[in-house]
Amino acid sequence: MKSSLTGKLTFALVEPDTGLAHAVTMSPPGIVDELRRSGLRGRGGGGFEVAEKWRLCAAAEGPGRFIVCNAAEGEPGSFKDRAILQGFAQLVFEGMTIAAAAVGASRGILYLRREYGYMAAHMESVLAARRHAGLLGQCIPGRGDFDFDISIHLGDGAYVCGQETALLEYLEGRRGEPRNRPPWPTTRGLRGAPTVVHNVETFAWVSCVLARGAAWFKNLGTAGSPGLKLFSVSGDCQRPGVYEFQLGFSISELLETVGAERVKGVQIGGASGRMIPPSQFHRTIAMEDLPYGGAIIVFGEERDMLDVAGNYLRFFVRESCGQCVPCREGTRRLLDGVERLRQGRCPAVHLDRLCELGNTIRLTSKCGLGQSAPQAFLSIVSHYRRELMGRERHERG
Amino acid sequence: MLTTERDRIGLEIEKLVRSYHNDCGALIAILQEVQRRYRHVSQYAMQVIADALDVHPAQVFSVVSYYRFLSTTPRGRFVIQLSDCIAHDAVERAAVARQLENDLGIRFGETTVDGLFSLEHTGCIGMCDQGPVVSVNGRIHTQFTADRVGALLRDCLGGGDMVAAPGRD
Ligand SMILES: Cc1cc2nc3c(=O)[nH]c(=O)nc-3n(C[C@H](O)[C@H](O)[C@H](O)COP(=O)(O)O)c2cc1C
Ligand code: SF4
Repeated sequence: MKSSLTGKLTFALVEPDTGLAHAVTMSPPGIVDELRRSGLRGRGGGGFEVAEKWRLCAAAEGPGRFIVCNAAEGEPGSFKDRAILQGFAQLVFEGMTIAAAAVGASRGILYLRREYGYMAAHMESVLAARRHAGLLGQCIPGRGDFDFDISIHLGDGAYVCGQETALLEYLEGRRGEPRNRPPWPTTRGLRGAPTVVHNVETFAWVSCVLARGAAWFKNLGTAGSPGLKLFSVSGDCQRPGVYEFQLGFSISELLETVGAERVKGVQIGGASGRMIPPSQFHRTIAMEDLPYGGAIIVFGEERDMLDVAGNYLRFFVRESCGQCVPCREGTRRLLDGVERLRQGRCPAVHLDRLCELGNTIRLTSKCGLGQSAPQAFLSIVSHYRRELMGRERHERG
Repeated sequence: MLTTERDRIGLEIEKLVRSYHNDCGALIAILQEVQRRYRHVSQYAMQVIADALDVHPAQVFSVVSYYRFLSTTPRGRFVIQLSDCIAHDAVERAAVARQLENDLGIRFGETTVDGLFSLEHTGCIGMCDQGPVVSVNGRIHTQFTADRVGALLRDCLGGGDMVAAPGRD
């Protein structure tokens, strides 16, 4: 496999462990303050402020604390976390160590999706080298009383295990079904202990922020979405790969960078994101406009949008954990609707009903899977309705 | 004393569970190891594990049935998966799929009668920029084309380096 990285990434320029060396000279609240000034938000999709998560965890009652790195990367279209772990594992483990110093955790866990099992040996060797260098294990330099170590857990193949509370259920040896919240993991996470869960990329940015200073990060991007972010770009373009952008870039800029022409639509945010038609390519990726998942898939003019909707819905039907009826049964109904459309057997009123159902699923599901599952379908119906309707009639089956 | 295959496996699994101090928090780690050794988790294995952990077998089954990498029927020594990631070229992928079915004489979702190969579809496995993607026991082959299927299967049987060791899944 070839590297997916493109261009000059900040991660390649930051010297590993300068951030950690800086962090160990600071007080734990000082580290949290530095991150607050940077404005760094989680890169795993939710976009929650990192400093606030750490403050909540540090303030919660023990026993013990955990730092969990979420490398589930189950979102179809996302591969940036794989590329980060392959290229910059040091920065990720460094970020976890900084988080541990800030909240007072002594154990870290890297949850790696099983499909990335081929990386585990490399991860182990990076961890071993860090232990050898005294950057993990007992008595990390600079702070005599600071012990922290990281272990790797391989997943077993369930997308929903990327949802942080489902991930914790998995680590406790159960079915990975999302928990009711509150309590949030920062209060009661793994085995009841306060736990910080972040995406792979978030931890790497933590190291960069500590190395280069909060002001550097804050001055990039937009007011509401400061900083840089990695994006997995694939589909119908000349140069797919992992790109770094300042938040606030427009879709047209992106398409030019990756070499995409004659584009019918761009799916922002993977299967749980939405399809953006050409009339909206001036829109920008930032909290203020289009929220950023890390996955961007370009669809050229030859693509059948019904295939795209069907592919994504099949994914959700397969991956729904089944706790909520709207998510479990509703996604099946939507997929059935896609089949009817394909066979030219879907009356317009039925399609309208399906859209209503889609909105109901979004409102009544317990976790982000159900809340976002209908989104791709709904956006495709609203922007490409003409292409979906009036297909040649096929027999059932 | 003569022990049957089943008794032997039962004892092996009990020993495995003991090595985890009969802790039900280790259920998934135990199941992963059983899957790795026997290429599936049989009903009998679930019963043995449940007894050793002092939980109801239904609890063990609820976990086994939940995760894709745990299976209740034996999978082949070589599990060949083709990613259906939407970012990949559908025409090329379909050609790879047909050639795999032709060469193995089975359909997707099936295992060859000799227990050597299982053929499966998988979702996106984070190789969207390098499709079509085939994985054999977890080893990834990117930009895969139909004309490479023959060499891949020969490599499986000949112990070549295109595949990871069986059971590693
Ligand atoms: C169905 C579902 C799947 C998710 N998958 C992932 C994932 O693969 N990786 C990830 O980092 N976050 C995933 N998340 C988000 C996590 O729940 C959590 O918000 C995130 O790991 C927090 O990290 P951050 O603070 O760095 O954003 C998923 C959420 C849902 C609802
Ligand atoms: S929304 Fe879907 S995946 Fe999430 S808890 Fe409900 S059924 Fe499970």
